[in-house]
Amino acid sequence: MSAISELSSITRRKGKATAAEKKANRRDNKAAYIFLLPWLVGLVAITIGPMLMSLYLSFTDYNLLQPPEWTGLHNFTRMLSDARLHNSLRVTFTYVFVGVPLQLAVALLIALVLDKGLRGLPFYRSVFYLPSLLGGSVAVAILWKQIFGTTGLVNQVLAMFGIQGPGWISDPSTALGSIILLHVWTFGAPMIIFLAGLRQIPNMYYEAAKVDGATTLQQFWRITLPMLSPIIFFNLVLQIIGSFQSFTQAFIVSGGNGGPSDSTMFFTLYLYQKGFGQFDMGYASAMAWVLLLIIGVFTAINFIASKYWVFYDD
Amino acid sequence: MTTKLETLPTPERKSAGAGKPNNRKPRVRESRGTLAFSRAQRGKSLMKHGILILAGALMIYPLLWMVVSSLRPNEMIFREPGLWLNSLEMSNYTSGWSALTHPFGHYMLNSAIVVIGSILGNLVSCSMAAYAFARLQFTGKRLFFGIMLLTIMLPFHVVIVPQYILFSQIGWVNTFWPLLVPKLLATDAFFVFLMVQFIRGIPRELDEAARIDGAGHPRIFLRVILPLMVPALATTTIFTFIWTWNDFFGALIYLTDPDMFTVPVALRAFVDSQSATSWGSLFAMSIVSLLPVFLVFLFGQRFLIKGIATTGIK
Repeated sequence: MSAISELSSITRRKGKATAAEKKANRRDNKAAYIFLLPWLVGLVAITIGPMLMSLYLSFTDYNLLQPPEWTGLHNFTRMLSDARLHNSLRVTFTYVFVGVPLQLAVALLIALVLDKGLRGLPFYRSVFYLPSLLGGSVAVAILWKQIFGTTGLVNQVLAMFGIQGPGWISDPSTALGSIILLHVWTFGAPMIIFLAGLRQIPNMYYEAAKVDGATTLQQFWRITLPMLSPIIFFNLVLQIIGSFQSFTQAFIVSGGNGGPSDSTMFFTLYLYQKGFGQFDMGYASAMAWVLLLIIGVFTAINFIASKYWVFYDD
Repeated sequence: MTTKLETLPTPERKSAGAGKPNNRKPRVRESRGTLAFSRAQRGKSLMKHGILILAGALMIYPLLWMVVSSLRPNEMIFREPGLWLNSLEMSNYTSGWSALTHPFGHYMLNSAIVVIGSILGNLVSCSMAAYAFARLQFTGKRLFFGIMLLTIMLPFHVVIVPQYILFSQIGWVNTFWPLLVPKLLATDAFFVFLMVQFIRGIPRELDEAARIDGAGHPRIFLRVILPLMVPALATTTIFTFIWTWNDFFGALIYLTDPDMFTVPVALRAFVDSQSATSWGSLFAMSIVSLLPVFLVFLFGQRFLIKGIATTGIK
């Protein structure tokens, strides 16, 4: 689907420009660059320029007041012995590796239930999608903080069954879990992508399988999953990239400090504290590049691994 | 206004019967008699609806609970997991509205300025870039298009530190410019991609006819393409609205003066400034802050769903 498959198709096919195309090229060149001007300026001034700048800053000590001072690899060696940073990586990885598969599994499950020409589909779709629109907001993070508070909704419900629940977000062992749950709750967007993918599986496959006496479960494993694998891949790549960058929920739920005892100190939250709390801009830049590297590596692994499990029928 | 997004070329699955209505027959064993058949089917469908309604209720419950809690006196919120109201307490709204240095409407207005500016910026700059990518031949097109797709996946933390330094040196901290200028420069590449896909679905004959009539690219763009891509523009508008309205990180970094606070940072300041006893008014303002998103969701659902299904934005 879309952006990701476009990108791989660009690398796949080599462009062969004919003479006529080259002529058209020249004619359109000027117009094209005028149309592209805002985007090009943005690319240079807002994206590539700052990227290079942040790469430079990652090798410096910079606090916004004095000019940057070149320190070589110092920021990176500092990272090696920064226990809080290691912890923030652990927290982020846990969040990504637990939250993303869980969210996608729920999204796929609900999409499967919704797929079969169900009456009231638009209604259900809206209900399941709404949380993913609101989930990134401060308001919902505030709500979450209260729901999982010591006297919050969850514990009120548990109390009705005579269970004394912990203070979910004030207990280091459960705080991250409640933020992961918030992430799972927002499964609506991948669910809709799954629904769109399910629609595109030709019904004749199922009919043929039925003639051969395949059970529902066999149909799921042999038809639905392989046919859906490009969509699963797409969702996976997108969700992993997005989840590594999660910030707002952890910030609000933990009151901005990643607590209790750093159990919700996401990598991005630590980056924010270093850069915009302590104005340790060099270190924050180095962290940003580590994040880019991590995301890049995971995306690459995803793409490489996809050759073994993603099935394209053309 | 039937939307064209559904018929967008989705590269790897064009053979799979795109746009087919989702009315697959439920798969039930056919050897049974008609009566048993329909009874089994009805039972299955009832069960399915039961599960979905239960799951949906669970999804929406926290939100409903927040609405109800915002209408309860504070001491009730911590004791009442249910949704019934004994009395309608509007005082949470009035006290919440004026709890900060400015009435809450001030922050809503700030948010509205940022949102409207961002929408205009995205519509103009992204549609221009999309026209160039979809319709014009120019040197470096393939390269630029690849870069554009890559920027969709770029974590913004990599550029945020230098961007902050840049904007603070121009003296733009505590203005809306750092939030608006990137939109004017088409840095939301998602929308460029969305629009490219959409324009590709518009028959080329239309612009060729216009060209024969003597129209240049600006005229073709303004008179032929733009009017036809209203659904894509609507999707962009809606998503820009919701994302910008919810944007916390950008506002947290650039807007530190309470005069300039947008809704999310104001809410956060609210959390920090209030003791734990004013959850009611906090919830009330959370509801107020979610209301615009909810309304956009209600009226823009069709575009939201299509937008996600075709490009994976959320």
